[in-house]
Amino acid sequence: MNSEKKYKLLQGNEACVEGALAAGMRFFAGYPITPSTEIAEISAQKLPQLGGKFIQMEDELASMAAIIGGSLAGLKSMTATSGPGFSLMQENFGYAAITEIPCVIVNVQRGGPSTGLPTSPAQGEIMQAKWGTHGDHPVVALTPNSVQETYEYAIEAFNIAEKYRTPVILLMDETVGHMREKLQFKDPSEIKVVNRKKPTCKPEEYIAYKPDEDMIPPMASFGEGYRYHVTGLTHDETGFPTNNNEISGKLVQRIVDKVEKNIDDITFYEEYKMEDAEIVIVAFGGVSRAAKSAVDNMRNNNIKVGMFRPITIWPFLEKQISAVSEKAKEIYVAEMNLGQYFIEVDRVAGKKCPVKKINKITGELITPKEISDAVMGGRE
Amino acid sequence: MFDKLELRLSGSGGQGVILAAIIIADAAIEQGINAIQTQSYGPEARGGSSKAEVIISKDEINFPKVTTPNILLALTQNSYDKYIATLDKNGILVVDESVDIVHDAPYTIYSLPILETAQNKLGTHMVSNIVSVGALYALIGEDVIDKDIMLKSITNRVPPVTVDKNISAFEEGIKLIRG
Repeated sequence: MNSEKKYKLLQGNEACVEGALAAGMRFFAGYPITPSTEIAEISAQKLPQLGGKFIQMEDELASMAAIIGGSLAGLKSMTATSGPGFSLMQENFGYAAITEIPCVIVNVQRGGPSTGLPTSPAQGEIMQAKWGTHGDHPVVALTPNSVQETYEYAIEAFNIAEKYRTPVILLMDETVGHMREKLQFKDPSEIKVVNRKKPTCKPEEYIAYKPDEDMIPPMASFGEGYRYHVTGLTHDETGFPTNNNEISGKLVQRIVDKVEKNIDDITFYEEYKMEDAEIVIVAFGGVSRAAKSAVDNMRNNNIKVGMFRPITIWPFLEKQISAVSEKAKEIYVAEMNLGQYFIEVDRVAGKKCPVKKINKITGELITPKEISDAVMGGRE
Repeated sequence: MFDKLELRLSGSGGQGVILAAIIIADAAIEQGINAIQTQSYGPEARGGSSKAEVIISKDEINFPKVTTPNILLALTQNSYDKYIATLDKNGILVVDESVDIVHDAPYTIYSLPILETAQNKLGTHMVSNIVSVGALYALIGEDVIDKDIMLKSITNRVPPVTVDKNISAFEEGIKLIRG
């Protein structure tokens, strides 16, 4: 970064790396895949200059495993992928969740299923982000809608991962990953960087998975003299496997609770012209840019419409969506899939007001006109 | 009075229309106005059709894609055929003179020897994109982006050993419009 010039025209993918580095990323392992490849490329260029490490792995299973190892050794770690690779990462995602190893997984969504539409935008992994790995587990997923936000929420993703000892997904889409706009860099002094809590006891007194009152156990790095066991099996406080039903249940409950009970701390959203809105468009990521234009256009025709944009996609912003449904007469959920986020919005808001879908799966961004046509058409 | 401009730059893959779009967007943000640049990310490499877009605006830009460009650049017949229908009726069409203009519409047309200028005056077709940037800049206007800022943007974005040639290409492009 140039010190006298604090802004630059960058792609979302480039901004993602800038944010990750600002947050302290020092290890990246990945397997290149469109439309996320720039994230790996730029990480490969920049990490060695900062004393960090980059490894291109043989596939995405290994990539996810490698960042778990990197983080366990003490480095803030990230991988980046798209649909097919995200599917392959799911098992080890669960491993990171139950072993409570902080890491960041970037998914720049493209058209699916399978190899689908490699170069086109989609938002088809809303539900996969939440339920892609088996078993109950915590998920934090953040969805930026601009180059600037990609930078800022890449930082936030690391901070949440470190604070709560959990994997965090930065859920981008091709539109945001590949577009170029101005990124205003923050001065390092303005950036809040959170680092994982470390043990203060002597190594021989360390009980690796004994949580503090905040439900989060202090984390020692491998190689620092603190010896402990890490397993994907349900484990007791020492980290060794257990079949004890009560201990097993408590472990899974705790790793879910440490995230869900702190939801207010990880809640990010934008409300646009919502003060008097009777019609509310719920949109996120690239689609929210079209929704905002559509709101402006419809406001010019005296339609009382606003936008609610979740940035935190998971955990689901139940409180906020519920509040929206108290005031709205109609809610439209616009997304580049066949109605995934809709399921959750309808679950919470559907009893209060009609919730409708605006969907597109052609590999093109939904346009403002398509949104306003859907809304206006519904009023005739 | 400049408020918002949407540009679509098209040609064949390898002609550098994406770099041309980036240079314009880069200059715009340096000027302190908003800009967003996108491109088609087809699997085509050299030879296929290529499209890049820039929106520059005094206001915040929400929807990032160009739907009805005010200015369309087409360096090849294929790209002209593909995108001419999207051009705003009061817009400006800039084509290489090798393109046959078959549509009859009220937009302003500049049929310019862009490829020939690059090849014959500058010695390489590789700078056709920067000749195009010159022509587009002459249409966007110095009241929107300072010329010094454009020159800086070109200098920053082209390979260092080619800066002089690209600056000459830019100047030749301006001359194609202004004479």
